[in-house]
Amino acid sequence: MEGVLNQLPIGLSIGAVLLLIALGLTFTFGQMGVINMAHGEFIMAGAYTAYLLQSVGFLIALPAAFGVAGVMGLVLERLLIRHFYGRPLDTLLLTWGVSLVLQQAARDLFGAPNVQVVSPTWLRGGVGILPYNRLFIMALAVLSVVAIWAYLHRTGQGRRMRAVMQNRRLAATSGINTGRVDQVTFFIGSGLAGIAGVALTLIGPVGPTLGTYYIVDAFLVVVAGGLGQLKGAVLAALGLGLLNSYAEFWSDASLAKVIVFVAIIGFLQLRPQGLFVLRSRALS
Amino acid sequence: MTAFQDSTVAAPAEPPARPVPAEPAPARWTRLRGPAVFTAVAVLMLVVAPLALEPFRLGLLAKYLCYAIVALGIGLTWGQGGMLTLGQGVFFGLGGYAMGMYLKLHDAGGDLPDFMVWSGVDHLPALWRPFGNPVFALAMVVVLPVAVALLLGVLVFRQRVRGAYFAILTQALAAALVILLVGQQGLTGGTNGLTNFFDFFGNDVAADGTQRGLYVLVAAVLGVLYLGARQLVRSRFGRLLLAIRDGEDRVRFLGYDPAAVKTVTFAISAGMAGIAGALFVPVVGIISPALLGVVPSLELVVGVAVGGRYALAGAVLGAVVMGYAKTYFSEELPEAWLYLQGALFILVMTLAPKGLTGLAVTLWRSVTRRRAAA
Amino acid sequence: MTDESEDVLLAVTGLEVAFDGFKALDGVDLSVGRGELRFLIGPNGAGKTTLIDVVTGLTRPTGGSVRFGDEELVGRREHEIVRLGVGRTFQTSVVFEELTVLENLDLAASFRRPLWSLLRRRRGVSEAVERALETTGLQSLASSRAGVLSHGQRQWLEIGMLIAQEPRLLLLDEPVAGMAQDERARTGELLTQVARDHTVIVVEHDMDFLRRYASMVTVLHEGRVLMEGSVEQVRADPRVQEIYLGRAREEAEDAVR
Repeated sequence: MEGVLNQLPIGLSIGAVLLLIALGLTFTFGQMGVINMAHGEFIMAGAYTAYLLQSVGFLIALPAAFGVAGVMGLVLERLLIRHFYGRPLDTLLLTWGVSLVLQQAARDLFGAPNVQVVSPTWLRGGVGILPYNRLFIMALAVLSVVAIWAYLHRTGQGRRMRAVMQNRRLAATSGINTGRVDQVTFFIGSGLAGIAGVALTLIGPVGPTLGTYYIVDAFLVVVAGGLGQLKGAVLAALGLGLLNSYAEFWSDASLAKVIVFVAIIGFLQLRPQGLFVLRSRALS
Repeated sequence: MTAFQDSTVAAPAEPPARPVPAEPAPARWTRLRGPAVFTAVAVLMLVVAPLALEPFRLGLLAKYLCYAIVALGIGLTWGQGGMLTLGQGVFFGLGGYAMGMYLKLHDAGGDLPDFMVWSGVDHLPALWRPFGNPVFALAMVVVLPVAVALLLGVLVFRQRVRGAYFAILTQALAAALVILLVGQQGLTGGTNGLTNFFDFFGNDVAADGTQRGLYVLVAAVLGVLYLGARQLVRSRFGRLLLAIRDGEDRVRFLGYDPAAVKTVTFAISAGMAGIAGALFVPVVGIISPALLGVVPSLELVVGVAVGGRYALAGAVLGAVVMGYAKTYFSEELPEAWLYLQGALFILVMTLAPKGLTGLAVTLWRSVTRRRAAA
Repeated sequence: MTDESEDVLLAVTGLEVAFDGFKALDGVDLSVGRGELRFLIGPNGAGKTTLIDVVTGLTRPTGGSVRFGDEELVGRREHEIVRLGVGRTFQTSVVFEELTVLENLDLAASFRRPLWSLLRRRRGVSEAVERALETTGLQSLASSRAGVLSHGQRQWLEIGMLIAQEPRLLLLDEPVAGMAQDERARTGELLTQVARDHTVIVVEHDMDFLRRYASMVTVLHEGRVLMEGSVEQVRADPRVQEIYLGRAREEAEDAVR
């Protein structure tokens, strides 16, 4: 019984990390039709930012990682991705090339072996079955979701983003600068991946291929949650995080991913377009 | 018929068809060019290469041709059918492991395979037992991948899950399979996979003669599958596949079920990958998780994109070119290989989305146009 | 005029469709007799396209039934409905640009063949395809890629693809939208020709076209059937003038201004 309970914070915190990663993916996919495989490397960049700043202070690392990853996303969008809007499969392969380059760059800069970021002392220990570091990660995700929700529903820029997501052409003809909106979306989405990277330093080592371990699962969150859906992403990320950790607990680690995969395929039989769908009459 | 389907390995295709009254009767040269080029390439690959190349080089080429068989399947699903599959490594692996299991059991001659002894397994797992029979094992090389692809295809395509979603799902499958194979050490050989083979149907697998024979076998299989795939592309089924790629919903209103067509195509490409995996095992001497995960699966797709996804010959060419490039650069400049691969890919996607064959076709057209103008 | 009770091909009863609370169709009843040429008109948002979408399986209704001969169409998948003999075109024509005109028609004509028999290459041209080429007048373009066709030619190709399928009911969604004057006339002739031996339902906005080629007209308004009758009856009806013709006149005046 205790084992079952111990698994809960693990599952929830993995879900929280997946959520931070998937938010960026679901908005760039939903809004621009872009599948960004290099998103995983923004996580890695965030984690290395925390590694470089660990003497300065952990809390400084959060905004710094957001900025570093965000700018990387922005540069990628301006240089390459904007020429590929609406061609998701091509962006997938294009950004995979980018991801290879970034991984090798990390290897050259920081060395191939993993490095460890020392967690701040105030995140050691815990209450009962809840370790502080995992609680902190969950809090980080909750804060981010609240911030994103407020941004989308309470600010003009956020409303413009929703408008572009629902109908790009209509938004453009209504005078919205869609290019600017795309840039902001990319910046925020990539920045959140950077935050996820910082969070990951609390529960494991950092290496050049850190992102590759999470990117596939994060994409599954997008598939299960529905495109560009905040609610869907939250539920799917938590579900996937818990399913992952309990599948590992009850079977063994090697079967867990297979179980998750089968579960997703089963879920798609019930809801082929994910939990929530933007309705449209168009014949795509 | 578009120019792309007509192109063969070396010859760029004819210029685009202009509106002409009635069905054009192609010149004899145009009609014979495809078969002529194919025959020339076949002679080169089947006769000249085995005589001219030293065993090591021939072995490398055999390995790339195995990848080319997988690429052929990717050309069908992705190039013709628009289904980007990022999990062909799964089918490659199923075929490879089926073959590997048979070879291990055959080498062990009634005892346990060596790696099982090392990981403390004391009797042969039930899963392994039927693979001692060569007929069963060889059948499974095709049956397993096709069955998995049919099942996945029916579940996914019937629900109209497509495009990027399908790509992501196939990638997740590849990731899951690797973790499963690594974790089940006693059953699969774990990270090391299945290796140390000695005998291949009565021949010493390491002998030069065997390897040369294997090369010829791989090249012949590739040739036969290429002809089959080409026939498929030119049939009504192929036209239908193209139509589904460009307008799946519209095809439904023509009374066809796109899910069935896509599932069948996906299964065919899975079968090809399975065959490729099975041939790969005696050629290279190993099958392991590192050969079939997310990255190798993507690399195969990269090869197809570089060669040109819309032409079957482009897919084959791309796989071979990428194979050589990888071997050369990771020997000469191991640090730079990932940079190069990434950069190459970015360049191809931005500058030549139709790949090398697309580039060749464009060049050829501009040359002929200039000549016509002069 | 038509003997409805005897020979009804399509019977729509109490059809309802709701999109997120908005009622696109609100209890539509419609019956179309065998061999009839029926026009569906109504202002934007009246539910014309939605009605066609329900009949062809693209949209699931929240209530009501669509009977086609002896079969219920509601709940069937799109391709099954086509196989029962219902064909349609779309407002924005969709032909397969990479294929030639002939291949487009051939693909349409082959839909009843079992999948495995499609693995053989096409040899020659079937009779149905020949006829469709002739009817649409696209013979000279048979081996051109459909991608090079003009807008009007695409619409005719689509209609040709329908004819090649030998359906029992054709649904045409705004076949002359965006066409030049001479293309409209050509489409009208084509329509008259097709209507001679098929049952056809046409959604059309264009009043001029309607006057010239329509006999029976059904007027939809806000998801309901407002009235049915001959072109003259419909044109004379004050309600129709109010909701439809009046608006069309305003639009026309706007366009002139």
